[in-house]
Amino acid sequence: MILEIVINSRSVRLQLEKKGESWLCHLDGRVTEIDPVLIAPGVLSLLIEGHSYEVRQESATRLWIEGKPYDAEVRDPRSLKSRRGATADDGGPKKLTAPMPGKVVRYLVVEGAAVEAGQGLVVVEAMKMQNEIKSPKKGMVKKLVAAVGAAVNAGDALLIVE
Amino acid sequence: MFKKILIANRGEIAVRVIRACREMGIASVAVFSEVDRGALHVLKADEAYAIGPAAARESYLNIEKILAVAKRSGAEAIHPGYGFLSENAVFARACEAAGVKFIGPSAASMDMMGSKTKARQNMEKAGVPFVPGTSRGLESFEEAERIAVKIGYPVMLKAAAGGGGKGMRLVHRSEELRNALEAARSEAQRSFGDDEVYLEKAIVNPRHIEMQILADEHGNTVYLGERECSIQRRHQKVVEEAPSPIVDPDMRRRMGEVAVKVAKAAYYANAGTIEFLVDQEKNFYFLEMNTRLQVEHPVTELVTGLDLVQLQIRIANGETLPFSQADVQLRGHAIECRIYAEDPDNNYFPSPGRIAMLASPAGPGIREDSGVYEGWTVPIDYDPLLSKLVGYGSDRAQATAKLLRALDELFIGGIKTNIALFKRILNDADFQAGKLNTGYLDRLAEKKESPSPDHAEVAAIAAGLFSAMGRSSAGSPVKGPEISAEPQSSAWRCVARREALR
Repeated sequence: MILEIVINSRSVRLQLEKKGESWLCHLDGRVTEIDPVLIAPGVLSLLIEGHSYEVRQESATRLWIEGKPYDAEVRDPRSLKSRRGATADDGGPKKLTAPMPGKVVRYLVVEGAAVEAGQGLVVVEAMKMQNEIKSPKKGMVKKLVAAVGAAVNAGDALLIVE
Repeated sequence: MFKKILIANRGEIAVRVIRACREMGIASVAVFSEVDRGALHVLKADEAYAIGPAAARESYLNIEKILAVAKRSGAEAIHPGYGFLSENAVFARACEAAGVKFIGPSAASMDMMGSKTKARQNMEKAGVPFVPGTSRGLESFEEAERIAVKIGYPVMLKAAAGGGGKGMRLVHRSEELRNALEAARSEAQRSFGDDEVYLEKAIVNPRHIEMQILADEHGNTVYLGERECSIQRRHQKVVEEAPSPIVDPDMRRRMGEVAVKVAKAAYYANAGTIEFLVDQEKNFYFLEMNTRLQVEHPVTELVTGLDLVQLQIRIANGETLPFSQADVQLRGHAIECRIYAEDPDNNYFPSPGRIAMLASPAGPGIREDSGVYEGWTVPIDYDPLLSKLVGYGSDRAQATAKLLRALDELFIGGIKTNIALFKRILNDADFQAGKLNTGYLDRLAEKKESPSPDHAEVAAIAAGLFSAMGRSSAGSPVKGPEISAEPQSSAWRCVARREALR
């Protein structure tokens, strides 16, 4: 199996091959034998040349090793989706979501406004602290989704930037 | 002894008190708000009763509802924990009127210590050392200006009813005084409903060292040694330790004797803490008294071998202190980290949410007082303290090493936490040399972070294996993957979702 893996925005080609109880792994021209055990959902024990690593999968795109986070995305080079996804910003609409549960205090923009990447768009309050949510890209505010004063959960859509 | 105690709190401290009750054979009664039905303290208690909506003033701060639960459950005493109603004299009086023992000092002692200016007036009479300044609220700007000139800039404006850094302003020059006074007054009014503000000489980058005392209701008062709490952000403690790296036995005795004097002047009973500011010449000045159990009490418990919560309950039960000052011996060193749900990349903004994954540390010299579990959603409504991780060793270096090792074992996934900050602090040369003061964290932030080993290749391999192994059927351990070229989410679906957004 050949996979394209993006670790902290650097892309590597990884070939995995099952060999008995362990795996042969081809990475950057090197071949290593690896003994993996999934010890719990999202927790992988790896033995690599005698070194023991405990890898935790916090989310589909985030791994932790020895207290350090890594952004990791797996692409199958044969699939259409991956090839499309490989071109970073596809220019499509981006949903801006609440990073933590809280209350929508006010919008700093109106629908139709042109915005820059990093520009503050909406203020969300949690635990009596106000936090500005910034635009992920340059574009135009397509729609304000959440109502002012509404309680939102982490991951709820606040607005859409196109 | 009480047969049943109500804990008027939530989170890790409620769990801490429930544990002490269990150890003493006392039944525990928890109270919980709507968002805390599944909270750890509810699961650990013998009984639990709902007391209303998430907003604290309608639940954990609601005296009537809490006393109604005490009556209904037959609880004979109430432990208030810290925060919420713990320093509320009205609550202490209401408990007394309802015939329920408040586990803490008398309402009169709280009144005396609750207002910083009142406390100062009383303590000056008792001969307690103070930072030069006023012991009364400022009448006017002119008065503030006159006193500031007399004691010399920089000066600090403080709210009399204050706490947590609210209503505080550091003033460097006379030109800044007028605006600072107005700002401090309005902030004090907004935060505490009281705009009384006083002024004292600012000690730049002091150490913050506090003395734990314990007093029974028969006039016996002892001190249990100090805690160094100089590592603070926005006047909130982040790391605490006992003993302080700069306090020697002589200084400890002098501070302890002042602390006992303060407690006696307030006719104080139960556990309390006297906070001191310490300047570079190791002069110490009385700052305030906290009339409750402190968040950081575990470090004192570890170095004294005492259980402060059990002792609080015994004192409230009318028992005399089971030991004297001479029996109090400090042994070893303990350091505590306050693990918070907050985002280090976003100015330590609270970051509550669901704890998707949790691995707790264990092993020699480690104590974890936690209020959470895997799968629990940290509510947005309260202080986002998750747990307190404490390392204990024969000396400071040992305690540091144990705590660092435990921080490596601790994993909290799904929400952001300040764990990485503690690793930085404990690895920092100034911390290890004991060079601490309240400006420490600002200085640390300006230092370059030393790079940690990079395991990007291991991460790449792991990502690939998660992907490969995850495609096989559920159940662990999983060794053989079912290789499939089918991506987990089809491109068609992505396009459809995108269209739906238009």
